[in-house]
Amino acid sequence: MAMDEAGGGGATTKKFLYVNRKAPYGTIYALESLEVVLIGAAFEQDVSLAFIDDGVYQIIKGQKTDGIGAKNFSPTYNALGDYEVTKLYVEAESLAERGLSVDDLMPITFEDEDDDYAEKPSIQVVNRAEMADIMSGQDVILSF
Amino acid sequence: MEVELKFGIVVNEGPYTHQAADTAYLFTKAVLEKGHEVFRVFFYHDGVNNGTRLMVPPQDERNIQKNWTELAEAHNLDLVVCIAAAQRRGILDENEATRQGKDANNIAPGFRISGLGQLIEAGIEADRLISFGD
Repeated sequence: MAMDEAGGGGATTKKFLYVNRKAPYGTIYALESLEVVLIGAAFEQDVSLAFIDDGVYQIIKGQKTDGIGAKNFSPTYNALGDYEVTKLYVEAESLAERGLSVDDLMPITFEDEDDDYAEKPSIQVVNRAEMADIMSGQDVILSF
Repeated sequence: MEVELKFGIVVNEGPYTHQAADTAYLFTKAVLEKGHEVFRVFFYHDGVNNGTRLMVPPQDERNIQKNWTELAEAHNLDLVVCIAAAQRRGILDENEATRQGKDANNIAPGFRISGLGQLIEAGIEADRLISFGD
């Protein structure tokens, strides 16, 4: 499906930011946001993800969903690098407000093809003002 | 002279539960009345439920599906329901119902079911992509 539709927008490249604001379980927004990111990757746009508010829980380590009947989709975030989605901005204040630090997050990485495929962290912790700058530099923002 | 813009609209919430479904409709109508273009309306998450022709609200209430269908007919709108979100929530067209071995379909006139690529394409093609939801 994705491949059939890829390239539908021609050669235009826009900056897409997916803003993730909700906890991974409890509502479906996080899972269906990730589905958009994966399909969207086929369109070769300039993609970034932002994690703010409870959205920071989406990429927390050690997720277990056995007790709630929902699929644990957190391993998929580790595959984003293979889709050339390598910019994951996490808001520092959202982490701090929840008693979290970057060490509580999954060590999501990508292989930098411009640097001899060196493994680099995809996650960048930014403060609220920096996040605002990142948002204002986008063409398309989808907030889930 | 006003600048004409091309809009993409994303509807992320279901009918009646959430104001977003109504606001999206009213915004789309206003955009068209102002002479702008609407490239596509994309229904995602529970928003896919706006596209069932089987909704039967009380007679003194608005019919949200009919509102969309009539707006689509009047302005040749492209109303696209996300297939992945639709399948989870039981929104099917004739082809999908047959393919999935289901005994009925419920997609409303003026709506079509397609993939998430249609959302990305709307983001690329539109001057403004406006989302309605929480």
